[in-house]
Amino acid sequence: MSGSTDRKWAWIGGIVVAVVLLILPFLFKNYRVFQFNLVLVYAVAILGLNILTGFNGQFSLGHGAFYAFGAYTAAILMSLYHVPYWATLPVAFVFCFVFGFLVGFPALRLAGHFLALATFALALAVPQLLKYKRIEHFTGGVQGIVLSKPEPPFTFTLFDQPLSADRWLYFFTLFVSTLMILFAWNLLRGRVGRALIAIRDHPIAATAMGINLPVFKSLTFGTSAGFTGLAGALGAIVVAFVSPDSFAVTLSIFLLVGVVVGGLASIPGAIFGGIFIQYVPNIADELSKSAPAAIYGVLLILLMYLMPTGVMGGLRRLWARLRARPAA
Amino acid sequence: MSKLLEVNKLCASYGATQVLYDVDFSLEQGHITAILGANGAGKTTTLRALCQVVRTSGSVVLDGTQVVGKSTEAVVRMGVAHVPDGRGTFTGLSVEENLRLGAYVRGNRAEMLEDMERMFTRFPILKQRRHQQAGTLSGGEQQMLAISRALMLRPKLLLLDEPSFGLAPLIVAEIFRIMRTINKEDRVSMLLVEQNASLALDLADHAYLLETGRVALSGPSDSIKNDESVRKAYLGY
Amino acid sequence: MEALLFQIFSGLANGIIYGSVALALVMIYQATHHINFAQGEMATFSTFIAWWLIQSGWPYWGAFFFTVAVSFAGGLLVQRIILRPIEKAPVMTNVIVFIGLLLIFNAFSGWFFDHTIKSFDSPFPKDSALATKYFSAHQIGSAGVLLLVLLGLFAFFKFTPIGLAMRAAAQNPGSARLVGIRVSWMLGLGWGLAAAIGAIAGMMVAPVVFLDPNMMAGILLYGFAAALLGGIDNPLGAVIGGFIVGVLENLLGAYVIGTELKLTVALVLIVATLTLKPAGLFGKKVVVRV
Repeated sequence: MSGSTDRKWAWIGGIVVAVVLLILPFLFKNYRVFQFNLVLVYAVAILGLNILTGFNGQFSLGHGAFYAFGAYTAAILMSLYHVPYWATLPVAFVFCFVFGFLVGFPALRLAGHFLALATFALALAVPQLLKYKRIEHFTGGVQGIVLSKPEPPFTFTLFDQPLSADRWLYFFTLFVSTLMILFAWNLLRGRVGRALIAIRDHPIAATAMGINLPVFKSLTFGTSAGFTGLAGALGAIVVAFVSPDSFAVTLSIFLLVGVVVGGLASIPGAIFGGIFIQYVPNIADELSKSAPAAIYGVLLILLMYLMPTGVMGGLRRLWARLRARPAA
Repeated sequence: MSKLLEVNKLCASYGATQVLYDVDFSLEQGHITAILGANGAGKTTTLRALCQVVRTSGSVVLDGTQVVGKSTEAVVRMGVAHVPDGRGTFTGLSVEENLRLGAYVRGNRAEMLEDMERMFTRFPILKQRRHQQAGTLSGGEQQMLAISRALMLRPKLLLLDEPSFGLAPLIVAEIFRIMRTINKEDRVSMLLVEQNASLALDLADHAYLLETGRVALSGPSDSIKNDESVRKAYLGY
Repeated sequence: MEALLFQIFSGLANGIIYGSVALALVMIYQATHHINFAQGEMATFSTFIAWWLIQSGWPYWGAFFFTVAVSFAGGLLVQRIILRPIEKAPVMTNVIVFIGLLLIFNAFSGWFFDHTIKSFDSPFPKDSALATKYFSAHQIGSAGVLLLVLLGLFAFFKFTPIGLAMRAAAQNPGSARLVGIRVSWMLGLGWGLAAAIGAIAGMMVAPVVFLDPNMMAGILLYGFAAALLGGIDNPLGAVIGGFIVGVLENLLGAYVIGTELKLTVALVLIVATLTLKPAGLFGKKVVVRV
């Protein structure tokens, strides 16, 4: 009896959320919409990292590298080859998938903190690589590449606000991130998802059950990199600018923070993570230049003590407790 | 003869799983007592409980002092030396370093060196391998090393968990012979956990039989050995 | 030939620094079997403390030893208060907390001492008797300091009961407890030592690269590479690894790929070591039984 009532509420809730999401950009100024776009971009990036670290247990402190690779792919395609912005996304996904798959191979032999170390090294090396003089004509060197935001294909006005580039991009990123979330959800809830978790928790048993560990783990690395790389491309389009210093090691750390805050192995958690890493630095920045880092640091530690399953885990437990009460 | 160890209503759990239920036993000064039983009866847990490595409740009194509630390190300082199952040697350290560690809490360097020489006399093979990594020793040699390390503490009570495990019969016989010597010459009280009941009964003065966490039987080892019905029912021979 | 020699010697001099950082990393690894990602930031923070003391009028060596002592205490406290509750938690939890510490220490440096670059004087002035044709006085002086630290550590671990106890506690905490070692305190001690060594490394680096909150980031990477190359559980290996990394960095930079990709060199070294020879050149092979 309560099952169908639950479903009815879920449908109603879902429709309300969808309507809100669709009119949201017209309720806010362009700059705020731009921030929403970044939340969605980060959510997809965090989702990518979560596939690898949360679901599969392979630790990556270097996902900023894939984000950067995707961003630069999009930027170069758009500025040098005049590829339309939407077409850069699948290219970025594929390039980063291959990149990630290749990284996945040496990663097979590493575990725990050694993998963290290797990926940390990757993250640290990225800005320097991007500034390398010999590939400057591609990458724009230290100055990076400036892009222009795509113009909306038609005019539209709601609540007296026109459909600006940022608002158009909002719908675009909303569409893409919904697609990616559905993709991830579909991928992870079936045999693939179970295999990933089996590899994470009991690798030897998983091998004994016939899962080809090396191929699976590398494919996971590739898929994870593809997601984050696509997010990077999306981010390049949204921000309309890429430069080496925007992809320093802090990006990789922030993505990890996003995963931890949202909840390891949680898809909806990625959205919380995205909200978190977009807004907390802005608020903290007003306190002091060093404050965001300190807050993140304290938060990471507190979360590990108190809520190791992240916001989603905490919410789930709360939900379970609320539902358990009427049983008496 | 005074009681060195008195255990009353000892309960022990691993997390939420209780393993020992109100176990009572005692050990006389200078005696060897055996704890027998099948796999999973709780023998190893009993020794771990005495060292406070697992969560326990009840009373364990060693030489007049309550043990329950203390940390493992404190129990060791009270004079309890535990040779765990699997030997527990520091495989990455040398034989000599293992022995030095045995006397860690004693702090008297001269006495420690003296005792080390005595161990080398008793176990010449250890002297031969004194600078070798403990992990390269054979099973029997590691057992000798583990026992020697425990003796370096000059313990009041020596706990031995399945010393015969995984060793060839000849070596086991040698080790048990040495344990008898240690007990007689150095007057070290021992609590021995063994699956090999006949070996244990030959060595020990007194024995307790554990069955699923409770004491099923106890008595002087001679009477248990000679009671055929008990042997057949509980010890399988 | 002259240029090559210069590159090699300069690489050796840099290698001293990398070796010191590697030593601190190995220290913590030996004691806790964890890699301390926050090592660089802790060292930077310690160096800022020393800078502040010197600015306040303290003599150099007074500030030096005080900083080392404070850093030791700080490392010990970090382990006791922040890390002890998660000692038994999975590796990922620990790594995340290390990253948290990294962020906090970096923030503290910026917060208390602001972000402007500061100069830090070497205790070995340029014109002192120590200077030679190929090495500056500071380089010789730092080498000497590092050598002393290394010898001290070696003696500590090999000959003292506590050093032995620390090694035992790291290898086999269960058995260590059974011989009466207070394992938890051994971990704290390891952290304290590592923090002290890091402080020394920071104070040796600062005169060369100038002091700002991000001073150690790149050096940390080299420290990692050196520690891995030498064998993550071998202090002497760490120092030798440091020299190798220093020389390689210079030679590759001068003759192969140019000086702009130095961090990539470190990255490649790390990945190559981890995949080809995970135990490093001098480490012990660890076999995991399935």
